[in-house]
Amino acid sequence: MSTTEGPTLIPDSAAAQAMADREAKGRRRRGWFPGLGDKWNALPRHIQWLWLMVVVVIAYLLPILNPPFITTEPGNNWQIALAQMSVYALVAVGLNVVVGYAGLLDLGYVAFFAVGSYTAAMFTSPDSPYLHIPYLWTLPLAMAITMFFGVLLGVPTLRLRGDYLAIVTLGFGEIVRILATIIPAMKGQVGFQNVGHPPGTDANGDPIFLNSNGTPWYWLTLTVIIIVLLLAGNLERSRVGRAWIAIREDEDAAEIMGVPTFKYKVWAFAIGASVGGLSGALFAGQVGFVNNQKFDIATSILFLAAVVLGGTGNKVGAILGGSLVAYIPLRFTSIAEFKYLIFGVALVLIMIFRSAGLLPARQRLLAYGRLAYNKLKEPPMSRRVQVTTDGGKEAGDE
Amino acid sequence: MSEAVEPEIDVDALKEQGVDLKVAEKVAPERDSPVKVGEPLVQVENLTMKFGGLTALDKVTFDINRGEILGLIGPNGAGKTTCFNAMTGVYKPTSGTVKLEGKALNGLPQHKITRRGLARTFQNIRLFGEMTALENVVVGLDARHRTSVGGALLRLPTHVREEKSAIERGMALLEFVGIADHAQFLSRHLPYGYQRRLEIARALATDPKVLCLDEPAAGFNPAEKEELMALIRTIRDDGYTVLLIEHDMRLVMGVTDRIVVLEFGKKIADAVPKEIRENPKVISAYLGEPEDELA
Ligand SMILES: Nc1ncnc2c1ncn2[C@@H]1O[C@H](COP(=O)(O)OP(=O)(O)OP(=O)(O)O)[C@@H](O)[C@H]1O
Ligand SMILES: [Mg+2]
Repeated sequence: MSTTEGPTLIPDSAAAQAMADREAKGRRRRGWFPGLGDKWNALPRHIQWLWLMVVVVIAYLLPILNPPFITTEPGNNWQIALAQMSVYALVAVGLNVVVGYAGLLDLGYVAFFAVGSYTAAMFTSPDSPYLHIPYLWTLPLAMAITMFFGVLLGVPTLRLRGDYLAIVTLGFGEIVRILATIIPAMKGQVGFQNVGHPPGTDANGDPIFLNSNGTPWYWLTLTVIIIVLLLAGNLERSRVGRAWIAIREDEDAAEIMGVPTFKYKVWAFAIGASVGGLSGALFAGQVGFVNNQKFDIATSILFLAAVVLGGTGNKVGAILGGSLVAYIPLRFTSIAEFKYLIFGVALVLIMIFRSAGLLPARQRLLAYGRLAYNKLKEPPMSRRVQVTTDGGKEAGDE
Repeated sequence: MSEAVEPEIDVDALKEQGVDLKVAEKVAPERDSPVKVGEPLVQVENLTMKFGGLTALDKVTFDINRGEILGLIGPNGAGKTTCFNAMTGVYKPTSGTVKLEGKALNGLPQHKITRRGLARTFQNIRLFGEMTALENVVVGLDARHRTSVGGALLRLPTHVREEKSAIERGMALLEFVGIADHAQFLSRHLPYGYQRRLEIARALATDPKVLCLDEPAAGFNPAEKEELMALIRTIRDDGYTVLLIEHDMRLVMGVTDRIVVLEFGKKIADAVPKEIRENPKVISAYLGEPEDELA
């Protein structure tokens, strides 16, 4: 806790007023859409579900709607753009577990993405001499393998803190890329063509999942995202999510409060890695070609930018951030070359204005928390503080 | 469980504060210890802590008896906080042992020490700022939970049961320390006094056998201090054992059953409050301090 924002020594009403001010100020400053998260949380459960249904339906209809202005055409095929955006969104969701929840700066996340891609490629591509399995099987396999790599990287490094961890993960990212270059079996720049795809043919007998048709890939990835989101939400509202946030907030205090911090950091790494692997496998399937060129550090940084842009710690924000990071270069092809510059500047601006990203909604960490808070007879702020500012009023509702 | 203590607390005043006196039953219904009330629950033996050339703790030996409030006092820099840190595993002691219920805690990771039953608060408040008050407490309760990552992922019955009971018990604890109406506020936004109380609630949530409080009343005015001391007595009467660091001598004398005095890392006295007050070594240790603190 910083001293400037620290608690006041003044008692009772003055302190309560000060608290209301802090609460309101904290909310005003954070995010580009202030109050959105609070308003959302204030909605009744069934209204939230209704809104979610609407959003999900629209999301599924996007490739068909091809909305003007928003669409990436004529520069880029809209359906394929959507497929790529969804992969990036999934990556951001996974990385958000590591960076946003547990607060572990992972600069080599692309390595897990690469491992997932290579898993899909090496088990399905005809260029690969190994065992071939149906493409869909590579999805869980990629998750298992990347999870293993996550633990492998996590166990020795997660005893390190902050900068050290960042540097080690940065190194790991490079190691995987370099291995892909020097190990003959991974075929370096030549890579693997014709990566597999899910089964199924349309009326004409053509496969549904074509590399040239983004729509089915988009739908598949979108479905995966929804499942991952539901599961991530379960984790968030459990001791696991609480342990992660506690570690992010104060690792030593968490440990002293009985949180096995090391174990939960490794879990964050492993879970984040497996989602990275999953997105890598989807990416490999959709593009149909994997070589060593796509997994550089810059991509890692782009992933990180997606998380920070969307709102660190917020999974919905991560989806938004991930989609945007993929979308902007595809939509505005003339500035695509400058994407690193643009996202770099965006990151700097976020840091300067201490904004919490696009969607700064705080995570809810209790499975039945709404129940508990509803039981509170009346919000204390509205009782104690005669509300004068709109900020104070904001602090009262919830 | 509270047979050995004569409750001399102002029950009415506590009730007025909305304090629930039966917190232990709600928070830790099946707490049990092989150690009888009045016998040593924690044994600190020859605890030594060196930082380079500085000996912050020098062969400190004392017991904490079950059911007592033990005061740990000493001038600034005497090594009180260091003693807490060495006991709870934050620092690895240079030598010496700490035993809880006869079993050594040396070498255990901190979270395991907490699960054995040694909980603490911090001199400089260390709450999880981005969590609400209730969530902070539930993190403490999680120390006793059994849900695995898989169980949480799939919302298995254990998880559901534990989550529901955690909220009940968390709210009971917040009520106990008197801040239940602030349950949904981010802890970093809470007024200072509430943060101190929240730290106590969070430590209690881990269901400790011994609760170590590091200057819990620092920065309080006399009335607030009085309230807090009443709370600490209630905690003890509920069956917890308390180790209390506190600078305000008048307060320590009033609330503790026994006092250990440290000076420059050495134990210079270990006696009941009345004797401590008259102990010449203690008086000289505190000589630099204002007279009235000793009165
Ligand atoms: N991590 C550390 N590294 C080096 N020296 C330390 C460390 N922690 C404590 N010390 C030193 O050990 C001595 C005892 O400090 P400690 O914080 O335990 O005192 P204290 O009795 O808690 O004092 P106070 O009443 O001011 O809180 C001090 O001289 C302090 O500078
Ligand atoms: Mg201290």
